[in-house]
Amino acid sequence: MWPYATRRVLGAIPTLFIIVALTFFMMHIAPGGPFDAQRHLPPEIEHNIRAAYNLDKPVWEQFAIYLGRLLHGDLGPSFKNHDFTVSQLIEVGLPVSARLGISAIVLAIVLGITLGTVAALNQNKATDYGVMGLAMIGITIPTFVTAPVLALIFGIYGLHFFGHDFFLPAGGWNGGALANMILPVTVLALPQVAIIARLVRGSMVEVLRSNYVRTARAKGLPNHIVIFRHALRAALLPVVSYLGPAIAGLLTGSLIVETIFGIPGIGRYFVEGAINRDYTLVMGVVIVYAAFVILLNLVADILYALLDPRVRFA
Amino acid sequence: MSAPGLTARNTETIERALDVEGRSLWTDARRRLVKNKAALASIVVLTLVALVAIFVPFVWPYDYAVLDYGNIACAPNWWPDHDVACYAGGLHIFGTDQNGRDLFIRVLYGARISLAVGVVATLVSLLIGVTYGAVAGFVGGRVDELMMRLVDVLYSLPFIFFVIILMVVFNQNFFLLFVAIGAVEWLTMARIVRGQTLSIKQKEFIEAARAAGVGTLGNIRRHVIPNVLGPVVVYVTLTIPTVILAESFLSFLGLGIQDPLTSWGVLIADGKDHMETAPWMLIFPALFMAVTLFCFNFIGDGLRDALDPKDR
Repeated sequence: MWPYATRRVLGAIPTLFIIVALTFFMMHIAPGGPFDAQRHLPPEIEHNIRAAYNLDKPVWEQFAIYLGRLLHGDLGPSFKNHDFTVSQLIEVGLPVSARLGISAIVLAIVLGITLGTVAALNQNKATDYGVMGLAMIGITIPTFVTAPVLALIFGIYGLHFFGHDFFLPAGGWNGGALANMILPVTVLALPQVAIIARLVRGSMVEVLRSNYVRTARAKGLPNHIVIFRHALRAALLPVVSYLGPAIAGLLTGSLIVETIFGIPGIGRYFVEGAINRDYTLVMGVVIVYAAFVILLNLVADILYALLDPRVRFA
Repeated sequence: MSAPGLTARNTETIERALDVEGRSLWTDARRRLVKNKAALASIVVLTLVALVAIFVPFVWPYDYAVLDYGNIACAPNWWPDHDVACYAGGLHIFGTDQNGRDLFIRVLYGARISLAVGVVATLVSLLIGVTYGAVAGFVGGRVDELMMRLVDVLYSLPFIFFVIILMVVFNQNFFLLFVAIGAVEWLTMARIVRGQTLSIKQKEFIEAARAAGVGTLGNIRRHVIPNVLGPVVVYVTLTIPTVILAESFLSFLGLGIQDPLTSWGVLIADGKDHMETAPWMLIFPALFMAVTLFCFNFIGDGLRDALDPKDR
């Protein structure tokens, strides 16, 4: 396993380099720079500002400087949030985004597996059609529709139970209070719940028909042991291999969710940075995101090989 | 004609039997697709949406871009809460938006743009993906390895970020939106086509063509591509909704289509900002988009079942 993991980590380095290079050059061929303000600065001041950010040097040299700093873990100063370095901003935003993302993926896995299993055990019955219909809705309705609709229903209209009104905060983070997390986490998890439920249902239906499950039943094992100990284990393999794409999906979703719910995570930095042309911030976020995607894909692959004895570390 | 011992009727039966047309994969698939109710209904609904989006704007009394400050955020005329409706402005079956523009015509223009982006960007991805995959698979060897390694690397990039950067860099150029999204979506297509090509390459008819002197490009064009169309068609119907989603995602963030032109993403973003006072601004675009995405998904699933009956 270790040689495999090492090789994969080494293989990630060129990918990361390509990402850094692509983002860097794309941002720098952009017409219009970060200091095209409405008011015109005196030329010497503008020149000084450009020199301070190395913008007066040739692009290749800027790239070399950036790479050199990156190797020391320095993502440079933010072009728009003055007095902050990109690393500082990410340090503040990353825990928030991570908390949101991890909660969403846990919710998606637990709920998705449960729903998928229930649907498979009731194949072609009303429960099955109900769950799969819901899953279809979860897949087709995008996050940027569910987010405002749920915020409207639970945050603004509120729920009325037993003469009391219940409201969830329709936005804000409030240091990650539970009430503030419910809506964003739900919205972020929904599409993944739907996809995982479909995956689990499909593989579970197949596994339940397999010979070893029949053998287990023939031995007289009780139903719950057959399902949980024999069938579910094999049925979960596709979920493990889906984890990589799921995480990529969560990252994309987090851009929307953080923007709509006003959560101070790195997804919102990215969107704001892209609109403001905050080169360094955008690159920093892309690099952090890419590193995460690659790392988590690696973890998913190793996990998959550990779970499935048929897969060898090749 | 009539052989000894055969009555006229027997001959007729035999002749009819000989008359039976050979059923191609496509005739078979069409038959199965038509039997699939969800897919058939989806095709009907989708055609309706497209026809309405194309033709109704020519006869609709309102323009999509003309502002009407006397009728800002009016409810549809049939809206149950009559307090919010302003009747002075005539018939607005979907109400009006925050600038008093008729929402129905804007939803239709949104449909035009979203569907156009979906189809054109998918065609771009089709063109790149099929060519790339067919060449990699057919040529094989080191070329194949190199080409597919590149696809692997591109796969691991968080692509939506690149599209966002691209849109920022090139100032939300409309044409570029097609290209950017299409250029992102071709990877899976390339993989599918390559896999299919690898197996087709081994078939005798390719060998025969080679023996007859058909070159690599001729073989790819005449023999490989027509034979990979099945899975490609399925993947195309599933790519279109993905692309529509990607476009609305960008437009929602304010990076895609710019006012006064509109797309479902833009309309949903506007609707989100006014959902407390004018929920119809969110409901109608979201509904149109959801129905369209549903239809594409059902058609894709139906086509997959129709073209690959053993995988049900």
